[in-house]
Amino acid sequence: MKVKRITYAQAVAEAIDEEMQRDKDVILLGEDVGILGGNFKTTVGLYEKYGEWRVKDTPISENSFTGLGLGIALTGLRPIIEIMFGDFLMLAMDQIANQVAKIRYMSGGQAKIPLTIRTTLGGGRSSAAQHSQSLQALVCHIPGLKVVMPSSASDAKGLLKTAIRDDNPVIFFEHKMEYNKTYEVPKGEYTIPFGKANILKEGKDITIIGTSNQALKAQQVAEELAKEGINAEVIDPRTLVPLDKNTIIKSVKKTGRLLIVDEGYERCGVAAEIAMSILNDVFYYLDGPFERLTTANIPLPFSPALEFPVIPNEKKIYQRVKKMLIG
Amino acid sequence: MNKYIKKEIYSLIKEYGLTKDILINLYGIMVRIRYFENKITDLYSKGLMPGLAHLYIGEEAIAVGVCANLTKRDFAVSTHRGHGHLIAQGCDLKRMMAEVLGKEDGYCKGKGGTMHIADFSKGILGANGIVGAGIPIATGSGYSAKVRGTDQVTVAFFGDAASNQGTFHESINMAAAWKLPVIYVCENNLYGISVDIRKVTATKDIAIRAKAYDIPGIVVDGNDVLEVYRVTKEAVERARKGEGPSLIECKTYRWKGHNVGDPGRVYRLEKETKEWKERCPIKTFRERLIKEKISSEEELNLIEKNTKEMIKEAADFAIQSPYPDEKEAYEDLFVEEKGV
Repeated sequence: MKVKRITYAQAVAEAIDEEMQRDKDVILLGEDVGILGGNFKTTVGLYEKYGEWRVKDTPISENSFTGLGLGIALTGLRPIIEIMFGDFLMLAMDQIANQVAKIRYMSGGQAKIPLTIRTTLGGGRSSAAQHSQSLQALVCHIPGLKVVMPSSASDAKGLLKTAIRDDNPVIFFEHKMEYNKTYEVPKGEYTIPFGKANILKEGKDITIIGTSNQALKAQQVAEELAKEGINAEVIDPRTLVPLDKNTIIKSVKKTGRLLIVDEGYERCGVAAEIAMSILNDVFYYLDGPFERLTTANIPLPFSPALEFPVIPNEKKIYQRVKKMLIG
Repeated sequence: MNKYIKKEIYSLIKEYGLTKDILINLYGIMVRIRYFENKITDLYSKGLMPGLAHLYIGEEAIAVGVCANLTKRDFAVSTHRGHGHLIAQGCDLKRMMAEVLGKEDGYCKGKGGTMHIADFSKGILGANGIVGAGIPIATGSGYSAKVRGTDQVTVAFFGDAASNQGTFHESINMAAAWKLPVIYVCENNLYGISVDIRKVTATKDIAIRAKAYDIPGIVVDGNDVLEVYRVTKEAVERARKGEGPSLIECKTYRWKGHNVGDPGRVYRLEKETKEWKERCPIKTFRERLIKEKISSEEELNLIEKNTKEMIKEAADFAIQSPYPDEKEAYEDLFVEEKGV
């Protein structure tokens, strides 16, 4: 496979560009997606290429421009809506939870909603409590939304293309700390299916599930652990809805142990959901209880001295695995 | 309210290309809505209807006057008080009634119910239970028409209370900035459940807010179907020409309570209700049609008789329709056959 080296932000922009090129019904709306090329440089060059009606700078009206996306999707186009910070999803929550997620079901299947809502997650930028949250659990809770959490740039590109082509509403979480990192991305056209987890590393001693870039952190830790003779299996679920439970169950049956790493808050979070959803299938194969590493149940603080300690990282994953295996 | 002198119907016929058939049809559809809603009251009191329906009685002229301007390719976004909009758009009464009763043959297979009856094939982009939430959806539909380069227009129906939601401001602002082909129709029936709009809003008219968006804002007698027709026609023409959105405020009155379970008496004076009932949009239009010799007592009687029959058939159909199978609850979440 031929690869090229580009940043995560460039991979996102490429996915949108390729889909807009391929299908004139694909349009993009959001704050600063036009002339600026996106607050995180994920839409660079699109405004110049496709013009102001297919790449639209919106006013700061998250709830209504999300509803705008729904109306656009209901009438024949395939809009991508960008909500700059995941925290701002809260402003659009009526449209997301009560409209986008429900119009198809409430109408008895009459409506088709090919809408992609791109947003971000992740702390680590000293952006404090209103620009750092990882709120994937909140949207996972609402039936009718697919939820995608790409880890690497190549996954972001392939999964975003799938999201845009999907006839259902998709909430797509990009990790802010990844945007400027450079990755190997396959050259040419490819997509990545939803509902199929990616096994980043095979192992027999413990299963580590990482969502978004926590999968990459877990992979690095697993490589360190391998040097110590501990073989961890690392799984990136890629999509939380649908969730590839089979791959996870198979892995946990093999290893007997499971650590779930997710940057969302701990309480009622994604880690709890994954654990409970497979418990009955793996219970008799377990060598110990499930464990989870998440962001603490506090708002994200500003100072790096305070912020980094409350977010899961490689060191914490390493220590937790060691504790689970050795005690 | 604009002091508009009521013209003779014949002069309107000339000016707006209304034919006798169209006028009688406007009357017939208003009657259809009224009888449909009366039947629902009846079914509710017999315990045949689950939940609570929000009745459109007294407001019929708005849906009928507005929708008479739409073509098959146009769109409308409805509200929790939406039966009238759907009937005015020509939706099937049997499937509507079946949905109200939560039956398998309903438009939404019993999953939407009275508040969410929709017929996408008739351009109804959903009926919303969240006050004000349809306004951005209609705006998106307008954006879509603009991008696709069609002359389709979209009507956003909403009530007076919805005009105090953020979506009202956010959406009309975008539509105005981008000259989207959307007609915002505020059905001002004076009450948001029990709260008098005059007690929570400083301005006498909601339509004056149009000034803030630099778009036309028109106040109209919402109980006069021809008036509603006339102002909507102008707004639709503007929209089709690419001149952007309009805000039409239709002054009207909710005869019944907020829903079938609410007598609607605690929070308003009987005198007020009585006065508005005297201005019944159907009765007054009927009198005009006869007085101005557009139609006759006999002709209108026949329409009423036939409509009554039509509504009875719809109700019988709905009552006989089976309840959906339990499994139906798990269908239609996603486009894929299997839910996720």
